[in-house]
Amino acid sequence: MNTRHRGRGILLTSGLAIVLAAVALPFYWLVIASTHSSKEIFDSPPPMVPGGHLLDNLTSLQESAQFGRVVLNSLLIAVVYTVCAGAVCTLAGYAFAKYRFRGREGMFGLLMLGLVIPAQVTLVPLFKMMADLQWLNTYQAVIMPNLALPFGIFLMRQSMAALPDELLDSGRMDGCGELRLFWKVVLPPMKPALAALAIFLFLYQWNDFVWPLIILRDGASFTIPVALASLQGLDDTDYGAILAGTSIAALPMAIVFLALQRHFVSGLLAGAVKE
Amino acid sequence: MTSTLTGKNALPVSAGDVAQHPRPRRRRGRGRHLAPYLFVLPALLLFAAFKLYPIGWSFVLSLHRTIDGVETFIGADNYLRLLDDPLFWTALKNTAVILAVQVPVMLALATGLAVSLNSTLLRGRTVFRLGFFMPMVTGLVAYGIIFSVLLNKDYGLVNWLFGLAGVDAVPWLTDPLWAKISLGLALTWHYTGYNAVILLARLQTIPGELFDAAAVDGAGAWKSFVHVTLPGLRPAILLTTVLSTIGTLQIFDEPYVLTGGGPDNATLTIGVYVYQNAFKFFDFGYASAVAYALAVLIGILGVIQFRVLGDKS
Repeated sequence: MNTRHRGRGILLTSGLAIVLAAVALPFYWLVIASTHSSKEIFDSPPPMVPGGHLLDNLTSLQESAQFGRVVLNSLLIAVVYTVCAGAVCTLAGYAFAKYRFRGREGMFGLLMLGLVIPAQVTLVPLFKMMADLQWLNTYQAVIMPNLALPFGIFLMRQSMAALPDELLDSGRMDGCGELRLFWKVVLPPMKPALAALAIFLFLYQWNDFVWPLIILRDGASFTIPVALASLQGLDDTDYGAILAGTSIAALPMAIVFLALQRHFVSGLLAGAVKE
Repeated sequence: MTSTLTGKNALPVSAGDVAQHPRPRRRRGRGRHLAPYLFVLPALLLFAAFKLYPIGWSFVLSLHRTIDGVETFIGADNYLRLLDDPLFWTALKNTAVILAVQVPVMLALATGLAVSLNSTLLRGRTVFRLGFFMPMVTGLVAYGIIFSVLLNKDYGLVNWLFGLAGVDAVPWLTDPLWAKISLGLALTWHYTGYNAVILLARLQTIPGELFDAAAVDGAGAWKSFVHVTLPGLRPAILLTTVLSTIGTLQIFDEPYVLTGGGPDNATLTIGVYVYQNAFKFFDFGYASAVAYALAVLIGILGVIQFRVLGDKS
């Protein structure tokens, strides 16, 4: 019995290891390819160990796409978005979870409608709106439309529901105003959920493509995905440079995710599974 | 109303407090009454301005056509045009194929992955969990670019590996059928881990006694999977099915980056078609009509899925 179990365990582990290798291969190859020239990348056999072209690739990225500026744009937009959307979603989620008030279900239902309405429906009118506001090519046009993110509100409502009512009542007993109560009593034990929300929002904005592609017109204001897509469209595509840029887009996210994954997965799940 | 409020808030108030605030009870009570509205206000305002208003406007646009720069009311013409627009039907068909083939395969893989990751027999679980969830943090554009290079017919790594095994070069992105398969592979690579997380979390809530009881009744691994695991997973399967359906129907980034909708419109999806009409041909009215048709489709499929998968739980 025991040996049979061990045999199965080894079989399962090695089977999954092979699948994992296939999943991880693109990542490995991406990092390797970033250090080679366009010509070397398409050599036969393809390069499997690091080469010496990383600096050249980064220089080329900087020259063709002002990539330093582009990375800063992406960071700035994602950080501002995470802070603002985090505040909007947390406040709303808290109210929906912990207060009884008239119109609560209706308002929540309305916001959740956003989950099923395809983004494409609002794309055209939003673009026209931004044009009327003369916000084309601005950061606020990228950030504003998705601040009230339905999934973020949903996630926060689910997480806040786990907070014991007694905690809030004793805070009120001590004479806390509602805003102070939120800040001093509600937020501290919510840190893991807030971390999950923050990662989710940051990833969402960092990787967002369609909307920035439509709004941002000038290379100096591009975010990383828009800049990469614009480079790929060129006739004489420098793949070494593009893949170096892709590494820059993907790796920091992977590292942040690895560092915080416990919070992310458990926080996401608290929201996703209860319903 | 006032009486219930003061009743709820009959708090012990210190003398100093009373001196500072003449009517502390009523103020607190009102604060508690108003607070939720103030807390949801930013979300509601932003949602109204940037979602509801555009949704309404989009419908108005879909009834108009821009002729020589002037918006002209044309009634349902855009919707009628949908009916005999071959490209719309191609886009619909392509999207349906992804929905019918890729989504079930991916969810089956995700279920298998979740069960494996949950198994006590597995060594090094943490490494595996991390590894399989990595693709979901990779941006769509990033992985679109990675795949387009890896799958290049003449120089890509995948065909080179195939060559070693004596298999002829596969036209991954240049042949209509293979382009669809490549798109499916990329989607599966990206989202299987994400769905597995949701299923895994649900799996951990199934009581172990149920599996023990099944084992006592003499159920093998497969039987206990069918009779214990799957029923227990039902809500999570519903959630992942609905999320994947909504995601698939709106799919844009992957075909846009990987194939541009080609070759020969083989990977043209409704999302790409909306984008092309709006921002390539600047036919905003027609683009809005296509988007609205898509929204209706998502609504219908959502309702059907809830009916089929939802009721028993």
